[in-house]
Amino acid sequence: MYTQALNDRPAAAAVEDADQAERFQARIDAEDRIEANDWMPEAYRRTLVRQISQHAHSEIIGQLPEGNWITRAPSLRRKAALLAKVQDECGHGLYLYAAAETLDASREELMDQLMEGRARYSSIFNYPATTWADIGAIGWLVDGAAIMNQIPLCRCSYGPYARAMIRVCKEESFHQRQGFEIMMTLCNGTVAQKAMAQDALNRWWWPCLMMFGPPDGASQHSDQSTRWKIKRFSNDALRQKFVDATVPQAEYLGLTLPDPALAFDAATGHWTHGEIDWDEFKQVLAGNGPCNRDRIEARRAAHENGEWVRAAAAAFAAKQSQRQAA
Amino acid sequence: MTPTPTVPLWEVFIRSRAGLSHKHVGSLHAADAVLALQAARDVFTRRGEGLSLWVVPSSAIVASDPQEKGMMFEPTASKPYRHPTFYEVPDEVGHM
Ligand SMILES: [Fe+2]
Ligand SMILES: [Fe+2]
Repeated sequence: MYTQALNDRPAAAAVEDADQAERFQARIDAEDRIEANDWMPEAYRRTLVRQISQHAHSEIIGQLPEGNWITRAPSLRRKAALLAKVQDECGHGLYLYAAAETLDASREELMDQLMEGRARYSSIFNYPATTWADIGAIGWLVDGAAIMNQIPLCRCSYGPYARAMIRVCKEESFHQRQGFEIMMTLCNGTVAQKAMAQDALNRWWWPCLMMFGPPDGASQHSDQSTRWKIKRFSNDALRQKFVDATVPQAEYLGLTLPDPALAFDAATGHWTHGEIDWDEFKQVLAGNGPCNRDRIEARRAAHENGEWVRAAAAAFAAKQSQRQAA
Repeated sequence: MTPTPTVPLWEVFIRSRAGLSHKHVGSLHAADAVLALQAARDVFTRRGEGLSLWVVPSSAIVASDPQEKGMMFEPTASKPYRHPTFYEVPDEVGHM
Protein backbone atom coordinates (compact mmCIF):
# COMPACT_ATOMS: atom_id res chain seq x y z
CA MET A 1 0.00 0.00 0.00
CA TYR A 2 1.29 3.48 0.68
CA THR A 3 3.72 1.60 2.87
CA GLN A 4 4.02 -1.51 0.74
CA ALA A 5 7.80 -1.36 0.35
CA LEU A 6 8.02 -2.05 4.02
CA ASN A 7 8.08 -5.69 3.09
CA ASP A 8 11.78 -6.07 3.69
CA ARG A 9 12.98 -7.95 6.69
CA PRO A 10 13.71 -5.85 9.81
CA ALA A 11 17.20 -6.16 11.26
CA ALA A 12 17.47 -8.65 14.13
CA ALA A 13 16.27 -7.08 17.36
CA ALA A 14 19.04 -5.77 19.53
CA VAL A 15 19.53 -7.41 22.89
CA GLU A 16 17.03 -5.73 25.14
CA ASP A 17 15.68 -6.29 28.58
CA ALA A 18 13.47 -9.36 28.20
CA ASP A 19 11.17 -8.23 31.01
CA GLN A 20 10.59 -4.88 29.38
CA ALA A 21 9.93 -6.52 26.03
CA GLU A 22 7.42 -8.84 27.65
CA ARG A 23 5.63 -5.99 29.42
CA PHE A 24 5.55 -4.10 26.13
CA GLN A 25 3.94 -7.02 24.29
CA ALA A 26 1.44 -7.42 27.13
CA ARG A 27 0.39 -3.79 26.69
CA ILE A 28 -0.07 -4.38 22.94
CA ASP A 29 -2.07 -7.55 23.58
CA ALA A 30 -4.32 -5.62 25.95
CA GLU A 31 -5.02 -3.09 23.13
CA ASP A 32 -3.22 -0.39 25.09
CA ARG A 33 -1.80 2.42 22.93
CA ILE A 34 1.92 3.16 22.91
CA GLU A 35 2.84 6.83 23.19
CA ALA A 36 5.94 8.70 22.08
CA ASN A 37 7.96 8.62 25.29
CA ASP A 38 7.00 5.11 26.37
CA TRP A 39 9.61 2.37 26.33
CA MET A 40 9.49 0.40 23.08
CA PRO A 41 11.71 -2.21 21.41
CA GLU A 42 14.19 -0.66 19.01
CA ALA A 43 12.81 -2.78 16.17
CA TYR A 44 9.27 -1.48 16.83
CA ARG A 45 10.57 2.08 16.59
CA ARG A 46 12.53 1.35 13.41
CA THR A 47 9.60 -0.44 11.77
CA LEU A 48 7.32 2.49 12.53
CA VAL A 49 9.75 5.15 11.35
CA ARG A 50 10.14 3.29 8.07
CA GLN A 51 6.43 2.66 7.60
CA ILE A 52 5.29 6.15 8.61
CA SER A 53 7.95 7.91 6.55
CA GLN A 54 7.18 5.80 3.47
CA HIS A 55 3.56 6.66 3.98
CA ALA A 56 4.41 10.38 4.28
CA HIS A 57 6.58 10.28 1.15
CA SER A 58 3.72 8.61 -0.73
CA GLU A 59 1.35 11.44 0.18
CA ILE A 60 3.88 14.05 -0.95
CA ILE A 61 4.89 12.31 -4.20
CA GLY A 62 1.21 11.46 -4.73
CA GLN A 63 0.54 15.15 -5.33
CA LEU A 64 2.58 15.09 -8.52
CA PRO A 65 0.52 13.03 -11.00
CA GLU A 66 -2.65 14.94 -10.08
CA GLY A 67 -0.98 18.31 -9.65
CA ASN A 68 -0.13 18.17 -13.35
CA TRP A 69 -3.83 18.45 -14.14
CA ILE A 70 -4.84 21.39 -11.94
CA THR A 71 -4.29 23.96 -14.68
CA ARG A 72 -6.00 21.74 -17.25
CA ALA A 73 -9.13 20.78 -15.29
CA PRO A 74 -12.17 21.04 -17.58
CA SER A 75 -14.19 23.40 -15.35
CA LEU A 76 -13.78 25.72 -12.39
CA ARG A 77 -15.70 23.25 -10.19
CA ARG A 78 -13.33 20.42 -11.09
CA LYS A 79 -10.32 22.66 -10.66
CA ALA A 80 -11.37 23.80 -7.18
CA ALA A 81 -12.01 20.19 -6.14
CA LEU A 82 -8.71 18.89 -7.51
CA LEU A 83 -6.78 21.74 -5.92
CA ALA A 84 -8.42 20.98 -2.56
CA LYS A 85 -7.63 17.28 -2.93
CA VAL A 86 -3.98 17.86 -3.76
CA GLN A 87 -3.72 20.28 -0.83
CA ASP A 88 -5.18 17.57 1.42
CA GLU A 89 -2.49 15.12 0.28
CA CYS A 90 0.14 17.66 1.25
CA GLY A 91 -1.49 17.93 4.67
CA HIS A 92 -1.51 14.13 5.00
CA GLY A 93 2.22 14.12 4.34
CA LEU A 94 2.73 16.71 7.07
CA TYR A 95 0.61 14.86 9.67
CA LEU A 96 2.66 11.76 8.95
CA TYR A 97 6.09 13.40 9.09
CA ALA A 98 5.03 14.84 12.44
CA ALA A 99 4.06 11.34 13.64
CA ALA A 100 7.46 10.00 12.52
CA GLU A 101 9.16 12.83 14.39
CA THR A 102 7.69 11.64 17.68
CA LEU A 103 10.01 8.63 17.17
CA ASP A 104 13.11 10.84 16.92
CA ALA A 105 13.34 10.97 13.14
CA SER A 106 13.56 14.55 11.91
CA ARG A 107 11.39 15.63 9.00
CA GLU A 108 14.36 17.23 7.29
CA GLU A 109 16.37 14.02 7.47
CA LEU A 110 13.43 11.99 6.11
CA MET A 111 12.92 14.47 3.28
CA ASP A 112 16.62 14.33 2.44
CA GLN A 113 16.39 10.52 2.27
CA LEU A 114 13.53 10.82 -0.20
CA MET A 115 15.34 13.32 -2.41
CA GLU A 116 18.52 11.27 -2.42
CA GLY A 117 16.59 8.19 -3.53
CA ARG A 118 17.27 6.38 -0.24
CA ALA A 119 13.59 6.09 0.73
CA ARG A 120 10.62 4.39 -0.89
CA TYR A 121 7.10 5.48 -1.57
CA SER A 122 4.08 3.71 -3.07
CA SER A 123 4.71 2.20 -6.51
CA ILE A 124 1.43 3.64 -7.78
CA PHE A 125 2.75 7.19 -8.06
CA ASN A 126 5.35 6.17 -10.62
CA TYR A 127 2.63 5.83 -13.26
CA PRO A 128 1.72 8.86 -15.38
CA ALA A 129 -1.66 10.62 -15.46
CA THR A 130 -1.97 11.05 -19.21
CA THR A 131 -5.61 12.14 -19.67
CA TRP A 132 -8.29 13.90 -17.62
CA ALA A 133 -9.98 10.52 -17.11
CA ASP A 134 -6.91 9.46 -15.12
CA ILE A 135 -7.84 12.03 -12.50
CA GLY A 136 -11.19 10.25 -12.17
CA ALA A 137 -9.54 6.84 -12.02
CA ILE A 138 -6.97 7.97 -9.44
CA GLY A 139 -9.57 9.39 -7.07
CA TRP A 140 -11.90 6.42 -7.46
CA LEU A 141 -9.31 3.62 -7.38
CA VAL A 142 -6.05 4.89 -5.88
CA ASP A 143 -7.75 6.79 -3.07
CA GLY A 144 -10.25 3.94 -2.77
CA ALA A 145 -7.41 1.47 -2.25
CA ALA A 146 -5.70 3.86 0.16
CA ILE A 147 -8.86 4.08 2.28
CA MET A 148 -9.04 0.26 2.53
CA ASN A 149 -5.52 0.26 3.90
CA GLN A 150 -5.80 3.31 6.11
CA ILE A 151 -8.99 2.53 8.02
CA PRO A 152 -7.39 -0.33 10.00
CA LEU A 153 -4.35 1.89 10.66
CA CYS A 154 -6.62 4.16 12.72
CA ARG A 155 -6.42 1.38 15.35
CA CYS A 156 -2.65 0.94 15.06
CA SER A 157 -0.90 0.35 18.40
CA TYR A 158 1.20 3.51 18.08
CA GLY A 159 -0.92 6.45 19.24
CA PRO A 160 0.54 9.30 17.17
CA TYR A 161 0.30 7.25 13.93
CA ALA A 162 -3.27 6.15 14.71
CA ARG A 163 -4.31 9.75 15.43
CA ALA A 164 -2.76 10.99 12.17
CA MET A 165 -4.63 8.26 10.29
CA ILE A 166 -7.95 9.31 11.85
CA ARG A 167 -7.48 12.82 10.45
CA VAL A 168 -6.41 11.41 7.09
CA CYS A 169 -9.37 9.04 6.82
CA LYS A 170 -11.83 11.84 7.56
CA GLU A 171 -10.48 13.66 4.51
CA GLU A 172 -10.09 10.73 2.11
CA SER A 173 -13.71 9.98 1.40
CA PHE A 174 -14.16 13.24 -0.54
CA HIS A 175 -11.18 12.23 -2.70
CA GLN A 176 -12.73 8.97 -3.76
CA ARG A 177 -16.17 10.46 -4.36
CA GLN A 178 -14.88 13.30 -6.53
CA GLY A 179 -12.97 10.73 -8.62
CA PHE A 180 -16.01 8.51 -9.02
CA GLU A 181 -18.07 11.52 -10.04
CA ILE A 182 -15.56 12.37 -12.78
CA MET A 183 -15.79 8.79 -14.05
CA MET A 184 -19.59 8.91 -13.91
CA THR A 185 -19.69 12.15 -15.91
CA LEU A 186 -17.38 10.69 -18.57
CA CYS A 187 -19.38 7.46 -18.73
CA ASN A 188 -22.60 9.40 -19.28
CA GLY A 189 -20.92 11.55 -21.94
CA THR A 190 -20.02 10.97 -25.58
CA VAL A 191 -18.68 7.68 -26.92
CA ALA A 192 -15.19 9.20 -26.97
CA GLN A 193 -15.51 10.32 -23.33
CA LYS A 194 -16.63 6.90 -22.20
CA ALA A 195 -13.72 5.36 -24.11
CA MET A 196 -11.39 7.69 -22.22
CA ALA A 197 -12.79 6.43 -18.92
CA GLN A 198 -12.35 2.80 -20.01
CA ASP A 199 -8.78 3.50 -21.13
CA ALA A 200 -7.91 5.05 -17.76
CA LEU A 201 -9.41 2.07 -15.92
CA ASN A 202 -7.43 -0.32 -18.13
CA ARG A 203 -4.17 1.38 -17.23
CA TRP A 204 -4.81 1.92 -13.47
CA TRP A 205 -6.51 -1.31 -12.45
CA TRP A 206 -3.50 -3.63 -12.14
CA PRO A 207 -1.15 -1.06 -10.57
CA CYS A 208 -3.92 -0.41 -8.00
CA LEU A 209 -4.05 -4.09 -7.07
CA MET A 210 -0.27 -3.97 -6.59
CA MET A 211 -0.69 -1.12 -4.08
CA PHE A 212 -1.58 -3.70 -1.42
CA GLY A 213 1.89 -5.20 -1.67
CA PRO A 214 3.19 -8.70 -2.33
CA PRO A 215 0.94 -11.75 -1.77
CA ASP A 216 0.79 -12.96 1.83
CA GLY A 217 3.27 -15.82 1.42
CA ALA A 218 5.93 -13.46 0.07
CA SER A 219 5.41 -10.60 2.49
CA GLN A 220 8.22 -11.07 4.94
CA HIS A 221 7.67 -9.13 8.07
CA SER A 222 3.90 -9.01 8.19
CA ASP A 223 4.05 -11.43 11.11
CA GLN A 224 5.94 -9.15 13.45
CA SER A 225 3.86 -6.13 12.41
CA THR A 226 0.73 -8.14 13.11
CA ARG A 227 1.98 -9.15 16.54
CA TRP A 228 2.69 -5.49 17.28
CA LYS A 229 -0.77 -4.53 15.98
CA ILE A 230 0.67 -2.15 13.44
CA LYS A 231 -0.86 -4.26 10.71
CA ARG A 232 -4.36 -5.62 11.29
CA PHE A 233 -5.15 -7.29 7.95
CA SER A 234 -2.96 -9.16 5.48
CA ASN A 235 -2.12 -7.72 2.05
CA ASP A 236 -4.31 -10.28 0.30
CA ALA A 237 -7.24 -9.72 2.65
CA LEU A 238 -7.18 -5.97 1.97
CA ARG A 239 -6.77 -6.54 -1.77
CA GLN A 240 -9.79 -8.84 -1.72
CA LYS A 241 -11.88 -6.24 0.11
CA PHE A 242 -10.93 -3.69 -2.53
CA VAL A 243 -11.80 -5.97 -5.45
CA ASP A 244 -15.13 -6.92 -3.90
CA ALA A 245 -16.01 -3.27 -3.32
CA THR A 246 -14.91 -2.10 -6.76
CA VAL A 247 -16.46 -4.69 -9.09
CA PRO A 248 -20.05 -3.48 -8.60
CA GLN A 249 -18.94 0.16 -8.91
CA ALA A 250 -17.34 -0.56 -12.31
CA GLU A 251 -20.48 -2.37 -13.33
CA TYR A 252 -22.57 0.66 -12.37
CA LEU A 253 -20.36 2.83 -14.58
CA GLY A 254 -20.77 0.38 -17.46
CA LEU A 255 -17.01 -0.18 -17.59
CA THR A 256 -15.15 -3.47 -17.92
CA LEU A 257 -12.34 -4.37 -15.53
CA PRO A 258 -9.36 -5.43 -17.64
CA ASP A 259 -9.18 -8.94 -16.22
CA PRO A 260 -10.71 -11.79 -18.26
CA ALA A 261 -10.18 -14.15 -15.31
CA LEU A 262 -12.30 -12.06 -12.94
CA ALA A 263 -15.11 -14.28 -11.64
CA PHE A 264 -17.55 -14.42 -8.74
CA ASP A 265 -17.01 -17.37 -6.44
CA ALA A 266 -20.44 -18.22 -5.07
CA ALA A 267 -18.94 -20.53 -2.44
CA THR A 268 -16.86 -17.79 -0.78
CA GLY A 269 -18.94 -14.80 -1.84
CA HIS A 270 -15.81 -13.09 -3.19
CA TRP A 271 -14.56 -12.04 -6.61
CA THR A 272 -11.42 -13.90 -7.68
CA HIS A 273 -9.01 -12.07 -9.93
CA GLY A 274 -6.31 -13.09 -12.38
CA GLU A 275 -2.58 -13.29 -11.85
CA ILE A 276 -0.87 -10.01 -10.89
CA ASP A 277 2.36 -9.21 -12.75
CA TRP A 278 4.73 -9.11 -9.77
CA ASP A 279 7.71 -8.57 -12.05
CA GLU A 280 6.29 -5.23 -13.06
CA PHE A 281 5.79 -4.40 -9.37
CA LYS A 282 9.41 -5.25 -8.54
CA GLN A 283 10.65 -3.22 -11.48
CA VAL A 284 8.69 -0.15 -10.37
CA LEU A 285 9.93 -0.48 -6.78
CA ALA A 286 13.49 -0.89 -8.05
CA GLY A 287 13.22 2.52 -9.73
CA ASN A 288 12.35 1.40 -13.24
CA GLY A 289 8.70 2.48 -13.45
CA PRO A 290 7.56 4.95 -16.10
CA CYS A 291 7.99 8.05 -13.90
CA ASN A 292 10.36 7.22 -11.00
CA ARG A 293 13.12 9.60 -12.06
CA ASP A 294 10.66 12.34 -12.94
CA ARG A 295 9.00 12.22 -9.53
CA ILE A 296 12.22 12.57 -7.56
CA GLU A 297 13.45 15.30 -9.87
CA ALA A 298 10.20 17.24 -9.43
CA ARG A 299 10.45 16.90 -5.63
CA ARG A 300 14.07 18.04 -5.66
CA ALA A 301 13.30 21.00 -7.91
CA ALA A 302 10.44 22.08 -5.60
CA HIS A 303 12.76 21.82 -2.62
CA GLU A 304 15.60 23.72 -4.27
CA ASN A 305 13.30 26.41 -5.64
CA GLY A 306 11.90 26.88 -2.15
CA GLU A 307 15.33 27.32 -0.61
CA TRP A 308 15.25 31.13 -0.76
CA VAL A 309 11.88 31.15 1.02
CA ARG A 310 13.21 29.02 3.89
CA ALA A 311 16.36 31.14 4.06
CA ALA A 312 14.35 34.38 4.13
CA ALA A 313 12.01 33.06 6.84
CA ALA A 314 14.96 31.94 8.97
CA ALA A 315 16.76 35.29 8.51
CA PHE A 316 13.61 37.22 9.43
CA ALA A 317 13.01 35.08 12.51
CA ALA A 318 16.62 35.62 13.62
CA LYS A 319 16.31 39.38 13.15
CA GLN A 320 13.08 39.52 15.12
CA SER A 321 14.49 37.61 18.07
CA GLN A 322 17.59 39.81 18.05
CA ARG A 323 15.41 42.90 18.14
CA GLN A 324 13.41 41.48 21.03
CA ALA A 325 16.59 40.72 22.93
CA ALA A 326 17.90 44.27 22.41
CA MET B 1 23.44 17.27 -1.03
CA THR B 2 23.91 19.33 2.14
CA PRO B 3 21.41 18.33 4.82
CA THR B 4 18.35 20.54 5.09
CA PRO B 5 18.63 22.70 8.24
CA THR B 6 16.03 22.06 10.92
CA VAL B 7 13.21 24.54 11.44
CA PRO B 8 11.66 24.96 14.95
CA LEU B 9 8.82 22.64 15.95
CA TRP B 10 5.48 23.98 17.27
CA GLU B 11 2.54 22.27 18.96
CA VAL B 12 -0.89 23.27 17.68
CA PHE B 13 -4.07 23.61 19.79
CA ILE B 14 -7.54 24.33 18.44
CA ARG B 15 -10.73 25.51 20.10
CA SER B 16 -13.34 23.82 17.96
CA ARG B 17 -16.39 25.63 19.37
CA ALA B 18 -17.03 28.46 21.79
CA GLY B 19 -17.47 26.91 25.23
CA LEU B 20 -14.85 24.19 24.67
CA SER B 21 -11.21 24.34 25.66
CA HIS B 22 -8.30 24.28 23.22
CA LYS B 23 -7.23 20.76 22.36
CA HIS B 24 -3.90 19.51 21.06
CA VAL B 25 -4.21 18.50 17.39
CA GLY B 26 -0.65 18.00 16.20
CA SER B 27 2.61 19.73 15.45
CA LEU B 28 4.37 21.48 12.60
CA HIS B 29 7.57 23.26 11.66
CA ALA B 30 7.84 27.02 11.14
CA ALA B 31 10.56 29.64 11.35
CA ASP B 32 8.58 31.96 13.67
CA ALA B 33 5.26 32.36 15.48
CA VAL B 34 3.49 34.22 12.66
CA LEU B 35 4.39 31.56 10.11
CA ALA B 36 3.48 28.84 12.60
CA LEU B 37 -0.01 30.30 13.01
CA GLN B 38 -0.45 30.58 9.26
CA ALA B 39 0.74 27.01 8.67
CA ALA B 40 -1.51 25.75 11.49
CA ARG B 41 -4.48 27.36 9.79
CA ASP B 42 -3.60 25.72 6.45
CA VAL B 43 -2.74 22.31 7.86
CA PHE B 44 -5.35 21.87 10.59
CA THR B 45 -8.39 24.00 9.78
CA ARG B 46 -9.29 23.38 6.14
CA ARG B 47 -12.83 22.30 6.99
CA GLY B 48 -13.99 24.59 9.75
CA GLU B 49 -12.28 22.62 12.53
CA GLY B 50 -11.90 25.61 14.78
CA LEU B 51 -12.50 29.17 15.90
CA SER B 52 -9.24 29.80 17.69
CA LEU B 53 -5.67 28.56 17.34
CA TRP B 54 -2.73 28.41 19.72
CA VAL B 55 0.80 27.58 18.65
CA VAL B 56 3.39 26.85 21.31
CA PRO B 57 7.10 26.14 20.75
CA SER B 58 7.48 22.42 21.45
CA SER B 59 10.61 23.18 23.43
CA ALA B 60 8.49 25.19 25.91
CA ILE B 61 6.50 22.14 27.00
CA VAL B 62 7.53 20.51 30.25
CA ALA B 63 6.32 16.92 30.39
CA SER B 64 6.09 14.34 33.15
CA ASP B 65 8.41 11.38 32.80
CA PRO B 66 6.60 8.23 31.58
CA GLN B 67 9.11 6.17 33.60
CA GLU B 68 7.70 7.79 36.75
CA LYS B 69 4.09 7.21 35.82
CA GLY B 70 3.63 4.90 38.81
CA MET B 71 4.92 7.33 41.41
CA MET B 72 3.20 10.28 39.80
CA PHE B 73 -0.31 8.88 39.34
CA GLU B 74 -0.56 5.99 41.78
CA PRO B 75 -2.60 7.89 44.43
CA THR B 76 -5.75 7.57 42.31
CA ALA B 77 -5.70 3.83 42.88
CA SER B 78 -4.94 3.79 46.62
CA LYS B 79 -7.18 6.62 47.81
CA PRO B 80 -10.75 5.52 47.18
CA TYR B 81 -11.96 7.89 49.93
CA ARG B 82 -11.54 10.71 47.43
CA HIS B 83 -14.56 9.41 45.55
CA PRO B 84 -18.20 9.95 46.59
CA THR B 85 -19.03 6.26 46.22
CA PHE B 86 -16.68 5.52 49.18
CA TYR B 87 -19.28 6.92 51.60
CA GLU B 88 -22.51 5.24 52.55
CA VAL B 89 -25.74 7.17 52.60
CA PRO B 90 -28.89 5.23 53.60
CA ASP B 91 -31.54 4.87 50.90
CA GLU B 92 -34.08 6.73 53.06
CA VAL B 93 -31.97 9.87 52.81
CA GLY B 94 -32.47 9.92 49.05
CA HIS B 95 -30.27 11.48 46.46
CA MET B 96 -27.22 13.32 47.79
FE1 LIG C 1 -3.88 11.02 1.30
FE1 LIG D 1 -6.36 11.03 -0.99
